[in-house]
Amino acid sequence: MTELDCRGLPCPAPVLALAKAARGRPDGTELAVVADDPAARVDVPAWCRMRGHRFLGEDRAADGVARYRVALGA
Amino acid sequence: MTGPGDLGAPPSDGPPAPSGPPSAAPPPPWTDLDAASARPLHPAARAALLAAYEQGYADPRRLHHGGRQARRLLDDAREVLAGSLGVRPDEVTFTGSGTEAVHRGLLGLARGRRRAGTVLAHSAVEHSAVLHATDWAVRDLGCSARPVAVDASGRLDLDALREALAPGDVAALALQSANHEVGTTQPVAAAAELAGLAGQVPLLVDACASVGWQPLPAGWGVAAASAHKWGGPAGVGVLLVRKGVRWRDPYPADDRSDLRASGFEDVPGAVAAAAALRAVVSEAEQTGARLHRLVDRVRREVAARVPDVDVVGDPDDRLPHLLTFSCLYVDGEALVTELDRAGFGVGSGSACTASTHEPSHVLAAMGALTHGNVRLSLHPGTPEHEVERFLDVLPGVVARLRAEVGM
Ligand SMILES: Cc1ncc(COP(=O)(O)O)c(C=O)c1O
Repeated sequence: MTELDCRGLPCPAPVLALAKAARGRPDGTELAVVADDPAARVDVPAWCRMRGHRFLGEDRAADGVARYRVALGA
Repeated sequence: MTGPGDLGAPPSDGPPAPSGPPSAAPPPPWTDLDAASARPLHPAARAALLAAYEQGYADPRRLHHGGRQARRLLDDAREVLAGSLGVRPDEVTFTGSGTEAVHRGLLGLARGRRRAGTVLAHSAVEHSAVLHATDWAVRDLGCSARPVAVDASGRLDLDALREALAPGDVAALALQSANHEVGTTQPVAAAAELAGLAGQVPLLVDACASVGWQPLPAGWGVAAASAHKWGGPAGVGVLLVRKGVRWRDPYPADDRSDLRASGFEDVPGAVAAAAALRAVVSEAEQTGARLHRLVDRVRREVAARVPDVDVVGDPDDRLPHLLTFSCLYVDGEALVTELDRAGFGVGSGSACTASTHEPSHVLAAMGALTHGNVRLSLHPGTPEHEVERFLDVLPGVVARLRAEVGM
């Protein structure tokens, strides 16, 4: 799984990083983004809903920062 | 200006030209599409305000001529306002703002109902005035807060409310009449019925977003409104306390003409607020119907013309003049700035536009996209051609901002 590091970056950076990483990748690919921006907790699932991806859930990176996991395509 | 509905129209033709060489290009037109933040003073309020500054400056508690005159103006204002809201004059208290009315209203219920319970329940999408008053009660009055979930349109979940009321420890429920960010109307009457069944729990209805546009919903025990939202002066709020509701003043007492208020009465402000409300209520149905249709069209057009946009809030059961949408990949502050440059004043709930740098708790509770957010709210006199111009300009602005970040 590809993990994107958006620590310290404000919204909409985490969603932008996901969208760019999703380009050219096939459905089913799993991506994760690590972000301390509080908006990511709402915006990553909203991005999935709007773009037809699947939100897999939130866990934590090794340093305790929130990590959001998605699967491309429905 | 195109008709009688245009009374109270905001500026829509640009700021005064700066003094400079006569050949300087005129400033671009600027249209205020942020009526939900503030409306300009209604002409009826302006006249009343000026007259009351002459005749109503004296202390309304004094028994001399000037005092009696001020008192008469204040009592008249109370009566006119009560008539426009469909309440009793002795239920009306003038406050220094909508925020103060919310604070007094909610904290007064917390005090008055202390024996019945210590939990303050509120919908997850209340205005910050409710959330701050609740925080204060948690810190200083030993209360606890119980937020109640909303659905994706921002409407209170009545099943969640039933659950929140079940333990029987709720002192008061705060529920807005309609949401100030997304426009969705709340089921106040249904919530009041559930609250009534759960031990006569009173409702604080924050009606700041809807008064002037919609009648006060049935079911309030205490209610709050704000004059600058309906074309009255800023710094005038209204607290309603229904006869028989257990409410106790949460603040130090004062010996004013109204025992629920404190500080020297702003008689001109009250008079102007009442005059404005009477004027807008008489036009509200017609104006509301027209703006409701216009907002319908804007909702459809925004969704059709801008890719990757989340148009949020209930499409039908909502405030007539307001809509909210969020654009993927766009920074809210940049969007507000670019739209301002293009000649439009809009609101935003995006984190980067807030003093707290937290995303809007309203959008978050709904699961709506929080970045790239724009709130449009029309004035009664907003020209339709300016709304058209907004629709023409918006797709290009969004596309340009997306291109700048590689999207
Ligand atoms: C729903 C709601 N409640 C309370 C307020 C506060 O009113 P005021 O601006 O008069 O303090 C506002 C206005 O921002 C509002 O929209």
